[in-house]
Amino acid sequence: MDLTGLTIDSARAAVAERRTSALALAEAFYAKIGSDDPKIGAYLILSKERGLEKASEIDRLANKGDNLPPLAGVPVGIKDVLITKGVRTTAGSKILGNFVPPYDCTAVARLEAAGAVVLGKLNCDEFAMGSSNENSAFKPVHNPRDLSRVPGGSSGGSAAAVAADMAVATLGSDTGGSIRQPASFCGVVGLKPTYGRVSRYGLIAFASSLDHIGPLTKTVKDAAIMLRTIAGRDPMDSTSAELPVPDYVAELDKPVKGMKVGVAKEYFGEGLDAELRSSIEAAIQKLAKLGCEIVEVSLPHTKYAIPAYYLVATAEASSNLARFDGVRYGFRAKDVRSLSNMYRRTRDQGFGAEVKRRIMLGTYALSAGYYDAYYLKAQRVRTLLTRDFEEAFKKVDAIVAPTTPTAAFKLGEKVDDPLAMYLADIYTVTANLAGIPGISIPVGVTKAKLPIGMQIFGKHFAESTILRVANAYDKAA
Amino acid sequence: MKVTEKDVAYVADLANLELSEDERSRMVRDLNSILGHVDSLNALDTKDVPPMAQVSDRYGMDESKKGSERFAYASRDDVKEGLRKSFPTEVALANAPEADGAFFKVPKVIER
Repeated sequence: MDLTGLTIDSARAAVAERRTSALALAEAFYAKIGSDDPKIGAYLILSKERGLEKASEIDRLANKGDNLPPLAGVPVGIKDVLITKGVRTTAGSKILGNFVPPYDCTAVARLEAAGAVVLGKLNCDEFAMGSSNENSAFKPVHNPRDLSRVPGGSSGGSAAAVAADMAVATLGSDTGGSIRQPASFCGVVGLKPTYGRVSRYGLIAFASSLDHIGPLTKTVKDAAIMLRTIAGRDPMDSTSAELPVPDYVAELDKPVKGMKVGVAKEYFGEGLDAELRSSIEAAIQKLAKLGCEIVEVSLPHTKYAIPAYYLVATAEASSNLARFDGVRYGFRAKDVRSLSNMYRRTRDQGFGAEVKRRIMLGTYALSAGYYDAYYLKAQRVRTLLTRDFEEAFKKVDAIVAPTTPTAAFKLGEKVDDPLAMYLADIYTVTANLAGIPGISIPVGVTKAKLPIGMQIFGKHFAESTILRVANAYDKAA
Repeated sequence: MKVTEKDVAYVADLANLELSEDERSRMVRDLNSILGHVDSLNALDTKDVPPMAQVSDRYGMDESKKGSERFAYASRDDVKEGLRKSFPTEVALANAPEADGAFFKVPKVIER
C-alpha cells in the first residue's frame, strides 16, 4: 500500500481496518519528509512528539475496537501562522523565530479532536505576505511539479506538502488568495470559506477583515471533510458565524443539473495566459455538458480590486503588526540605547523587506492627510466590488474564473518588483474583500506540465454549492 | 514623485521602524510605484458609496432574518468572567526576551 498517496477517507479506513497503524502511517510520512523535503522546503518545524503521541492514542482506540473519529490517524500539516501549543510557531518570520505558543488555534484543535495527527508546521511567506513563498525568513519553497518554480504563496508549504505526498491534507490561510493561488500552482484543491465560517482564533493576524483559514487537499471530498471539521461558531472569535455547519460531504453528490454558473468577462481579459484560458474554457464546457446553465455575468469593478485590496490589507497589517516590539515575545535586538530605540531596532532586524514595505504602505495610507484619499477610498471601492458580486449572484448560483493569470513562475522572477508580484493576486483578492467562498481545483496542465487551476465562487455561506460544482467536475474529468 | 525621502522618514517614525539608508531609498521607489497604480481608484466617483470596513457592514447583520445566514455575524452577549481563565504569570512570561519572574523587563524608559 502506498501510504503517503492516501486521501482522508482511504487513510482513515486503512487505520480503522487495521491494514496499517496510525503510528506506521505517521512514520511513513516522516520518512517521506526526510527523503523529499530537503529539495522542496515545505516544512519549517516537525512536531514528532505530539504527532506520534496522537497516532498512538488512535491506535489504542482502534485496538480496543472503539468507534474511531472522522479523521482518525490522518496525517496533516499546519501553516506556520496557526499557533500550536508547545510547538514552535514562527509565521515565517525571524521576529517570532523562538516563539512557543501557550495555546492552540481553534482550527488545529478541532482537527486533532477529530483524530488528525499533526506532522508539523509548514513554510510560508513571512506573516502570510507574499505570492511566491520567497518571503519566508528561513528558506524558499520549491514547487514539487517543477523545482525551478515557486509553489505560490503565501501558503506555499501547505500546497507543496499536499502535492508532494508529505501530508494527506493541510491547513493554510487566505487573505488575498494565499490558499487558492498556491493550490493552483501546485495542482491541488484549495478552499477559502466564507468570512467567519472558520474561527480565526489562534491565526497570527495579517489583515483581520480579510483573513480566512481553510484546507488544501488532494480531492474535493477531502476539502469538504476538512471544512466540516474546522467550521462553526467559536466564542473566542467574535466574527465567527453563528450558523449551523451543513454536512458538506453528504451534499457533495447532489446533482448540478440546472444549476446556473456565471462566467464574468472581466476575468478573461488581457493578461490571462492563452494556455490557461483554453484549459478553463474547456472546463466550463464540461460543466455545461453536466447540465449546468452557463450564464454571462459582469463584475465591472474587478480592475480596481488590486489597488483597493493592497490599501485595506496593508492598513490593517500596519496596525496588527504593531504588537511585535520585542517586549512580550519573540526576538529582541541587542545593544539598544533606550526603550524606543529597542522597539525600532527589534522591528528593523526582525522583519523582512516585504513586511516592512507593507507596514510602511499601510501606515502611509492611514496617516493624517492621506486617510480619506487612500484608506477610506479603498473601503468605498470595497463596497462597489461587493455589490458587483451581489448583483451577479441574483442571476447565478456560482461563478467560475481562472485562479491565476499565469501558471507557476520561476523563483527569483518577480522578487525585485513588488507591484508585479501583487498583480499575481488579481483574480483572488475580490473574494476576500467581499467575504464570499472560493475554491480552486486543478483543471489541466500547460505544455510545460505546470498545473492550471480554476476558481469557483459562491454566495456567502454557500460552500456546499461550490463544493458540489467542483466535485461534479472532478468526477467527470 | 508623490512620496519623498522626508515622507518615508516620517512614516517610518510613525511605524516604529528605523530603516537603513538603502532601505529608505528603495522604499521611496517602491511606494511610488505602488501608489502610482493605486491612483487608478481616482477614476471612480465614490462620494455616495458607503465605506466597508468589515464583511458585516454589508452582510449577515439583518435582524429580521434571525436564524439564517443573513444574521450570521450577530454579536454575543458580554461574558463577565471572561471566556477563558487568564494565563498564570509564568506562562505569560515564558516567551519574553527578558523577565524577572513577575514583570516583563525593558530598557530604561527615562534617561537621567
